[in-house]
Amino acid sequence: MKKISKHTFRSNTLPAMTTVGPVSLWLLFFVAIPLLYVLVMSFCSLDESYNVVFKFTAENYARLMDPNYIQIYTTSILVAFFTTVLCIIIGYPFSFLIARTKWKHKALLYMMVIIPFWTNSLIRIYGWRTFLGTGGWLNHMLLMLHITSEPVEFLFNKGTTVLGMVYCLFPFMVLPLYTAIEKLDSTLLEASSDLGAKGSVTFRKIILPLTMSGVFSGSIMVFIPCLGYFFVSDILGGGNSDVIGNLIERQFQSGNNWPLGAALSIILILITLLLVKIYQKLGGDMDSLGV
Amino acid sequence: MNRKIKAIVKKTAGILFCSFVYLFLFLPIIVIVTGSFNATTTKPYITWKGFTFDWYIKLFDNTALLSSFGATITIALISTLLSTAIGTVAAVGMYKYKFRGKGLIDGLLYIPVVIPEIVLGISLLTLFSNTHIPRDMLTLILSHTTFAIPYVIFNVRARLSGYDNSIEEASMDLGANRLLTLKNITLPVLAPGIAGGALLAFTLSIDDVIVSYFTNGQVKTFPLKVMESIKSGVAPDVNALSTLILAGTVILVVFTQSDILKKIKRRK
Repeated sequence: MKKISKHTFRSNTLPAMTTVGPVSLWLLFFVAIPLLYVLVMSFCSLDESYNVVFKFTAENYARLMDPNYIQIYTTSILVAFFTTVLCIIIGYPFSFLIARTKWKHKALLYMMVIIPFWTNSLIRIYGWRTFLGTGGWLNHMLLMLHITSEPVEFLFNKGTTVLGMVYCLFPFMVLPLYTAIEKLDSTLLEASSDLGAKGSVTFRKIILPLTMSGVFSGSIMVFIPCLGYFFVSDILGGGNSDVIGNLIERQFQSGNNWPLGAALSIILILITLLLVKIYQKLGGDMDSLGV
Repeated sequence: MNRKIKAIVKKTAGILFCSFVYLFLFLPIIVIVTGSFNATTTKPYITWKGFTFDWYIKLFDNTALLSSFGATITIALISTLLSTAIGTVAAVGMYKYKFRGKGLIDGLLYIPVVIPEIVLGISLLTLFSNTHIPRDMLTLILSHTTFAIPYVIFNVRARLSGYDNSIEEASMDLGANRLLTLKNITLPVLAPGIAGGALLAFTLSIDDVIVSYFTNGQVKTFPLKVMESIKSGVAPDVNALSTLILAGTVILVVFTQSDILKKIKRRK
């Protein structure tokens, strides 16, 4: 029973407007309107001198079916898929170990996942290039140990792009998993083994279902950014494994075809909406996406 | 006995596995730090030519690099301040009051979090270009504030979920007005959430590549400067600055360690 105090009789309009007003205006001007601009622009045409003119056309969408583009979508989705799977395969046992360790410096283990994040991601990706390049560290080591007789080109393929993506996005998988695994009630696991269940059965019937929410939100946080991280495929993929982000970036920079870039962005938005809908259908909580 | 051996093997395997993951996470950082001490002067600055501190000294002659670092910090501070102020009052307002369009605001909040950053970047570029706002420091601040606001709100909201409204009512029954109550009751309770949100806003801003790439003009942030130099090989003075930034952040982490520890404990 909540007692109604005299203060609630006052009108709530003014305080509600002063608190929520600024954020509403901000979201309207810098999120809603810009996205509407993109939607409108995706139906615009270019004149002879490559200026955007507001003349309706569906041509930009027709161009999305270009076989070259379709190949980039396929690559992009494959890269995102393998990145997500690798993040789960490595991230799950890793999160499990650091979340349930009895070591007294447990918090340090958690922080060490975040610290690399605080160095600029571009320069860390470039660090991988220095490590893997033909004149790089790994080749030096291999030559010195006489494993190879001449430098091997490790870079510039889909594999290195996936490596870079896993590297950039790994913490986004670990953090929700860590939270989910840490919440696990140890008494449930003890009860299961007391009742005679083997380790694998306990894992399948108890641990996995209870931590699945972490896997789902981690997957969303990894898969979607992967489609847009153009700088990773630029630096490590060398143009051989472009993602949708590269395609969009080119239209807004060198290609200078903003309407086409806008149409491509609409595709990305639709993919995002679809994945988020699936996530919600699976019982995912939107708030756990904020990290 | 057999069981004991099995347990030891299991433990060692676990430690080995985690060490490999940490090695993976820290490998590029080892490369960066080593690179900052490399005496080489020829592009692409990879071959090891001996140990030197020169790059740390030369760094202070590279005005373009230093001013990009200054711009990064300025933009991060202002956008953190803006997003923390707007986000905190919004989180409180959305928690306390019912109003029309609340669902809409909630939905809009998730957009910057879930859509790929590139879409946010090009949509802001489209906005600035259509409204003829020149791309400059201002557009970078506006963009960074936009992607930071939701994170501040989520952090403060997490703090509010355990918030007892009656302490505010008590304060007001005792004669304090709304502002006084906000200052003496609400803000202190929310402080850890606000601090967490602000820290996240700051980190997101200094590390941002993609949104800045589309919304910058004359003013270049440090990540954009790195991007420019990547084609010709990142010079060791960039490595030196990155190493200094890393050292700074590690000190910051150690400094706020107790806070993070508390946060982890609270999650249980």
